[in-house]
Amino acid sequence: MRIGVFVCHCGRNIAGIVDVKTVVDEIAKLKDVVFCTDYIYLCSEPGQKTIQEKIKELNLTHIIVAACSPSLHGITFSRAVEAAGVNPYLFEMVNIREQCSWVHSHNPELATKKAISLIKASLAKLRYSQPLTPIKVPLIQKVLVIGGGIAGIRVALDIAQAGFEVCLVEKSPSLGGRMAQLSETFPTLDCSSCILTPLMVEVARHKKIHLFTYAEVKKVEGIIGNFKVTIEKKPRYVIPEKCTGCGDCVDVCPVVVPNEFDQGLGARKAIYVPFPQAVPLVYTIDFENCLNTEKLIICEQCFKICGPKAIDFLMRPEEIQIEVGAIVVATGYELLPLEALKEYGAGEYEDVITSLDFERLISASGPTGGILRRPSDGRIPKSVVFIQCAGSRSPEQGRPYCSKICCMYTAKHALIYKHLVPDGEVYVFYIDIRAAGKRYEEFVQRVMGDGVLYLRGKVSKVFRHNEKMVVLGVDTLSGKTVEVETDLVVLAPAIIPSKGAQELAKMLKIPVDEFGFFSEIHPKLRPVETTSPGIYLAGAAQSPKDISETVAQASAAASKVLSLLSQKEATLEPIVAYVDKEICKGCGLCRRVCPFKAITIVREDKKRYAKVEPAICQGCGCCMAICEENAINVAGFTYQQLSAQVRALLEDKYEVSKKTAEFRKI
Amino acid sequence: MKMNIGYFPGCTLKATALNFEKSALEVAKILGFQLEELSQWHCCGTVPSLSQDDLLKQISPVRNLIYAQSLGYNKIVTLCSMCYNTLAQSNLFVKENKEKLRKINQFMSEMPDYDGGVEVKHFLSFLKEQITLEKIRESVKTSLSGIKIACYYGCLLLRPKIIGIDDSEQPKILEELMQVLGAEPVYFPYKTECCGAYHTVIKPDIVARRVYRILENAKENKAQIVITSCPLCHFNLTKRQEEIKKIYPDFKGIPVVYFTEIMLQALGENFKCV
Ligand SMILES: Cc1cc2nc3c(=O)[nH]c(=O)nc-3n(C[C@H](O)[C@H](O)[C@H](O)COP(=O)(O)OP(=O)(O)OC[C@H]3O[C@@H](n4cnc5c(N)ncnc54)[C@H](O)[C@@H]3O)c2cc1C
Ligand code: SF4
Ligand code: SF4
Repeated sequence: MRIGVFVCHCGRNIAGIVDVKTVVDEIAKLKDVVFCTDYIYLCSEPGQKTIQEKIKELNLTHIIVAACSPSLHGITFSRAVEAAGVNPYLFEMVNIREQCSWVHSHNPELATKKAISLIKASLAKLRYSQPLTPIKVPLIQKVLVIGGGIAGIRVALDIAQAGFEVCLVEKSPSLGGRMAQLSETFPTLDCSSCILTPLMVEVARHKKIHLFTYAEVKKVEGIIGNFKVTIEKKPRYVIPEKCTGCGDCVDVCPVVVPNEFDQGLGARKAIYVPFPQAVPLVYTIDFENCLNTEKLIICEQCFKICGPKAIDFLMRPEEIQIEVGAIVVATGYELLPLEALKEYGAGEYEDVITSLDFERLISASGPTGGILRRPSDGRIPKSVVFIQCAGSRSPEQGRPYCSKICCMYTAKHALIYKHLVPDGEVYVFYIDIRAAGKRYEEFVQRVMGDGVLYLRGKVSKVFRHNEKMVVLGVDTLSGKTVEVETDLVVLAPAIIPSKGAQELAKMLKIPVDEFGFFSEIHPKLRPVETTSPGIYLAGAAQSPKDISETVAQASAAASKVLSLLSQKEATLEPIVAYVDKEICKGCGLCRRVCPFKAITIVREDKKRYAKVEPAICQGCGCCMAICEENAINVAGFTYQQLSAQVRALLEDKYEVSKKTAEFRKI
Repeated sequence: MKMNIGYFPGCTLKATALNFEKSALEVAKILGFQLEELSQWHCCGTVPSLSQDDLLKQISPVRNLIYAQSLGYNKIVTLCSMCYNTLAQSNLFVKENKEKLRKINQFMSEMPDYDGGVEVKHFLSFLKEQITLEKIRESVKTSLSGIKIACYYGCLLLRPKIIGIDDSEQPKILEELMQVLGAEPVYFPYKTECCGAYHTVIKPDIVARRVYRILENAKENKAQIVITSCPLCHFNLTKRQEEIKKIYPDFKGIPVVYFTEIMLQALGENFKCV
């Protein structure tokens, strides 16, 4: 055993507190340590090279790097070590930055002592380490994308264009997501559907993309490379293959209900397409509102008129099983419901609307044909008050985060309003303007120069006074309270995860943050991967994002998927549990606690014992903790390794009792 | 039905708000229950308990809760909005902080320990939940039909949210109550605007200006009477009308009464509050 230890300065981050020279001196004295040195930035190219050269020069067999957090650079160093010919599982990383210099910045002596003790402990562990080889599993060359907004569309196209098959599942009747609802988009003001609809059509036409609209993922089993997915196709009551999209049925349908695509501001029939450019252009009967029930058919107007006989009132939900190698989650966002924003009179007054309502009201394809009319009386509002951060940046609402896109779309709304009603007055209440993006600040400056009055301050109350809405607020720049009479109030509600995101997260066994957005592994280093291998994130499902960011991230997720699919097999961490058949009594305790159901009890030669499926095992160690016989161990973190490590840590603190000393010899 | 309910009056109801207490006790009797004044009580603890990290300030309210507990009540009713706010907040505070409760109990070693078992209710929610609006509607003798009423909440019944008896932004419990009495609650967006509270002591003109806007809003919406449940609001809304006249000479007054007074007018016989 020839151990090399490398201690990093991290500039002044570590060396400013920890006395690295002392650390090196102390460690160099230890048994089997052939070489010990310090270096200013080990993660740098020359730093890594030093490690590699020393490995070759001194024939080192085991390596310790004492530096920052392994979640930051664990992979960097294990790759470097591997490239120099040392098995990466014979490498240990010790965190002497977060755990020493940062937490004990006021006590350099303690920080130094602790650094030494931590390195000693990992050395003790390393003595019992074994070289491990990654596990290979076959990889199905097909991908599931959940959510058909711009994020899901981009991911699907990128992957399909690279030649792999994609199943795209969208729960609403059409592709497009929120972006389909938007009028023009900041900062370029290009028409949203002009950039979106060609992509939607491309998805529908693409030979490699299997599109499931009006469908939901019901069950997900398996692991990276081999997920078994159950998709439920909701009944449209219209046979897609027969429907020509002529729309004859719509004219005769007697049922009129609010159109959700128009935010309830316009109407649709019980048989409908959400919007004229919908993809696929197949009609759907919403059976909640249709006069018919499963048992009783009262109205058959659409059935009678439909030329190709596409209508089938007896259609049933249909389940489809698919197998895929990877999954991308792109389920998008929603706006905080109005009921949560009562201080702004939301839900109370018709003329207090959300930003998405406003998008529909200014959209040429919207319910008013692009003429801005306020909901209460249809008049063209001569003034508008926009209220930003409605629910966002508000710890008391439980939403301390910034929703990120509202500053920009409010500026856009103000500008479009000025175009529609040039003599109209616009007020924007804001906390700060956050316009960090390419050409974003310039855009806001342009709007501010366009006769839009920006008021820095919060609104306390909104109420009706005769025909007008009154907004009470404060202008924190002048320190005065302000009262604005206006025709229309537009809120920028907080962005929240889409409905059902929690359940989906459970199904996929991926974590969400405290607000319900899906969590990535590391925001900086692995921003599109989840803790479940083979499952990736794209778009506003992860956090509030505008379109550019969404698209960029979607392409990033696609490229991660492609680099996975470029191999025939998926490589899995070998840090999995294994059973010592000799000791195992087959009691099954481990099987019960395994959260991933990786363990079965098998019978062989009249003996029962536990068997681990390495492709499913996540190396969590629950089994190892519960086994009374110490028959099951996680590779790389065996009982032997961990107790050696703990003992080494305690050694400096307490005198090792005789008994423990005895035990050590085992 | 005979129901005896522990009742915590608080100081103001024994001084400036005598008619509040009198009418409430009467209303209870008509509705078939009795508000039994706790045989022992003292200051509710009032404003200071709002600063939650100061344990000493929880002692007054908790001590009152101990009285209630020792007398065998698991629920007490208050009338004054401030008493409700103080006691309810304190109660919640000790229920959620077992360690702090232990310290408070230790401090009052001469008293039995408080176990967190008393529920603090405001008369309004008690009426709605326990007595039910239906029962009140049935008990109406003189319908108030045609009377337009502005329901003023102030802040203490509604904030902070955790002890608010209704939605803090758009409450409607008073309106619902007025409706079952036959009265017509008016649209009143100023119902939760601040009355100016303690500014009345040193800056009465601030209060006058605020109250002016509140009352004007009520009148503009055709209210004939304003009702409230807070003695301080009541004071500001009535007594400061004189100041208002000095600032706004055109101002014409409007009667402001406790909600229990208006209830008594509907439920009782020949009771005239205005
Ligand atoms: C008022 C307003 C104006 C805006 N204006 C602009 C602008 O001008 N410029 C700009 O860059 N950005 C703008 N945005 C932001 C833009 O809407 C988002 O960046 C974009 O829509 C995010 O796309 P997405 O695909 O991640 O999410 P979404 O558009 O929300 O798409 C998600 C899709 O997933 C589907 N889905 C959800 N759950 C499931 C499930 N369980 N199974 C299957 N499918 C599911 C949904 O039905 C939806 O189709 C604006 C936002 C708002 C609110
Ligand atoms: S390896 Fe870690 S500690 Fe060292 S320089 Fe890089 S970031 Fe800093
Ligand atoms: S059957 Fe349903 S969808 Fe068809 S026309 Fe009648 S109500 Fe409309």
